[in-house]
Order: sequence, then structure tokens, then C-alpha cells
Amino acid sequence: MASGAGQIILNVFAKHDKELLAEWVQGQLASASLRSDLMRESELREQSREFIALLQQVLPSAKLDRIEGEEWTPIRDFLAGLSRSRAIQGFSPSETASFVFSLKQPLFSKVRTGSTDVQKLADELWIASVMFDKLGLFTGEMYQKSREEVISRQQQELLELSTPVVQLWQDILALPLIGTLDSARTQVVMENLLQKIVDTGAALAIIDITGVPTVDTLVAQHLLKTVAAARLMGADCIISGIRPQIAQTIVHLGVDLQDVTTKATLADAFSVALTRLGATISRNGAVA
Amino acid sequence: MEKIPILKMGAFLLVTIQVDMHDRLAMQLQDDLTERIVSARARGVLIDISSLEVVDSFIGRMISNIAAMARVLDAETVVVGMQPAVAITLVELGLSLEGVRTALNVDKGMLLLQKRVANAQPGRRR
Repeated sequence: MASGAGQIILNVFAKHDKELLAEWVQGQLASASLRSDLMRESELREQSREFIALLQQVLPSAKLDRIEGEEWTPIRDFLAGLSRSRAIQGFSPSETASFVFSLKQPLFSKVRTGSTDVQKLADELWIASVMFDKLGLFTGEMYQKSREEVISRQQQELLELSTPVVQLWQDILALPLIGTLDSARTQVVMENLLQKIVDTGAALAIIDITGVPTVDTLVAQHLLKTVAAARLMGADCIISGIRPQIAQTIVHLGVDLQDVTTKATLADAFSVALTRLGATISRNGAVA
Repeated sequence: MEKIPILKMGAFLLVTIQVDMHDRLAMQLQDDLTERIVSARARGVLIDISSLEVVDSFIGRMISNIAAMARVLDAETVVVGMQPAVAITLVELGLSLEGVRTALNVDKGMLLLQKRVANAQPGRRR
């Protein structure tokens, strides 16, 4: 780091950190973007204190214009953790980044008193400004990242939750599909179904597509793949839940369902399954 | 040299594939099996692949061949014990094991064979 550049800033953090902290917290509490409903004042103070302490620690040996540098790691980690926790608490990205930006004002006012050399002051303020911009942007990006982590984790959970395989009757399984069927989901569906076939020794699986919004050639292909896999395991499949619209689409698209039995409702498919297994249901008189 | 053992169960033959198949072993199996079908007058062949964790196109073709040869000798073939991962792989590879019936395990495979043999008209090629 060139000698002199950032000297006043360093000085402020070394000598006036307590006043800086007090002014900063004051400023945050008075700000319009304060979310006192999401965070207690004591927590805000603690976060602010820690940030200033870290800056005090890191700045003397760091390049002020390169926050990707190794010396900045403790600060980057702190900001990443802060973004993550604020994202979970419900803060918006701007509210989170303004934690960093709001430190500018008290810092600038302290820097201004550090020298009467106008040129030097302008340089120092510029250095401080750039540094804070970068830190603020970094905070914003970390916020984005943690949100994306939440989304992808939820996606994974959704994927697992939404393909249950249930046993309807002895030797008959039902697989109600809800949502679109893409190749990732098909993989999960196939694995679940085949594992359940092994576990229960079922001979028939009813795949219900009432909850599948659109059936195009890709979806049909995935369904047929699932049927073929089940057949290799010795179980046959019936596809149910074919809405009238879907029947039309299938014919218009020229999808060949080969020899797979298809029914409009799960109830009908269940009937067919029972017949195939040679079972009958007789009614003896209702029990109250 | 290793040979795949062929067991006789009533009117059917049971073959369990437990080792990696290579060319020579596959040829040997085909020889032994066709030989045995004739000598035992078997009506069905049960191929158990529950020990196989990987089935490639070579094994797929071999099984199809065995089924075809058995049919020429008026015997049905049923493959049993396919692991889920193997089934998924075969489907993804587009290997449909044409002309081969499958069942979940040996019990069901036997039932299937018995049914098919009972339904088949004697002397008639299906």
C-alpha cells in the first residue's frame, strides 16, 4: 500500500473507533430503513461493534482497494455470515447492504477533521468511498447467494416429498404424481417406484397423472421409461388420471403409448388392477 | 475354468449368474444350457441376475440370445432378480430385452413359467 494513502482512515479506526461506533449506531437507529421489528438494538450494537473491531484489525495490513485479498478474509466472512442471518431474519437486500453503507457518513465526518489539505482529503474520501462500495456490494452478493442456497435446498426437499409411492392393496402400488415431470424428477420417481416394488413384491403399479399439468412428448417419454423399468422388475403399470384434454393432446402429438393400459380415474385403474390379480370385491351389507 | 452351474428344478432349469461374464464364459453358458434343455426336456429356463450390479449391452444381448435359443427348443425364459439400478440403466440405454419375460424373484418366476407352460399348446410354436 502506498505510504500515506488511507493514513487518515487508519488513524480514525485506530484512535477514534469508540466515537465512530457510537455515531454509527446512532445513525442506524435513526435511519428510515431500521427494522426494529426484526432485530433488537443490542444485537445491532453488537454487530456494529464487531464490524468496526474487524476493520481496526484488518486495515493496517490490508490493501484498501482490494477486498478480495487474503487479509480481508475475516471481514468477508463476517459480512457473509451477517448477510445470511439477515436473509433468514427477513431483511431485504438493500436493508442488509445499508448496514455497510451507513458507516460511510460517520467515517467521512471523522476523516474530514483529520486534515486541512483539501487534495489529501479528497483522495482519502475517495479511497474510503471505493472501499465501502465494494464492501456493500459484496454484502449484497452474499445475501443473494444465501437466498439461492435456500431455494435449491427447498427444491431438493420438494423433489423428494412429491414422489411418494403408496401401497393400495396387496400387490398393488399407487404413484400419484404432482407437478411437472422432468428428467430429474423421473429419475427420482423411477428409483422410488422400483425400490418399493422390491420391498413389497408388488405386481402392479398405478401411475396417476391427475396432478401433472401438461403432457407433452417429453413427459410421455418419461412415463414410458418408468413403465419399461417397472416391467423389467416384473411389475406391470397402469397409467390413470388421463384427463379428456390430455387424451386429445396425446393423439394430436402422435404419442404411442404402446401396450400400456390407461384409464381416466384412479378408481377405474384400481378395478382393472384387482381384476388382473384375480381378486373380486363383494358387498355383504354395510356395517353402520 | 469356471462354469456357470445349471440346476434342474422340476421341468425347469435355474441359472444364477454371479460373476462377471466374459466372452468365453457366455459361449460356454449357451452351449451348456442348450445341451441341458435338450437332455432334461426342460420347458422353462430361469435366469437369476440378482447378484449382478452392472448389466451392459453384452449381457443384455447374451440374455436375449439365450431366450431365443430356448424358444427354438420350445422352452420359455424368465429373468429374475433384476436390481432397481440395473433396470434403470437398461431403460436409459434403450435395451429392452426383447422377448424376455421378467419377474421379481425366483418364486414369482417359477409361477410365471408354470402358468405359461400350462397355457402353451403342446407342439405349437407361440
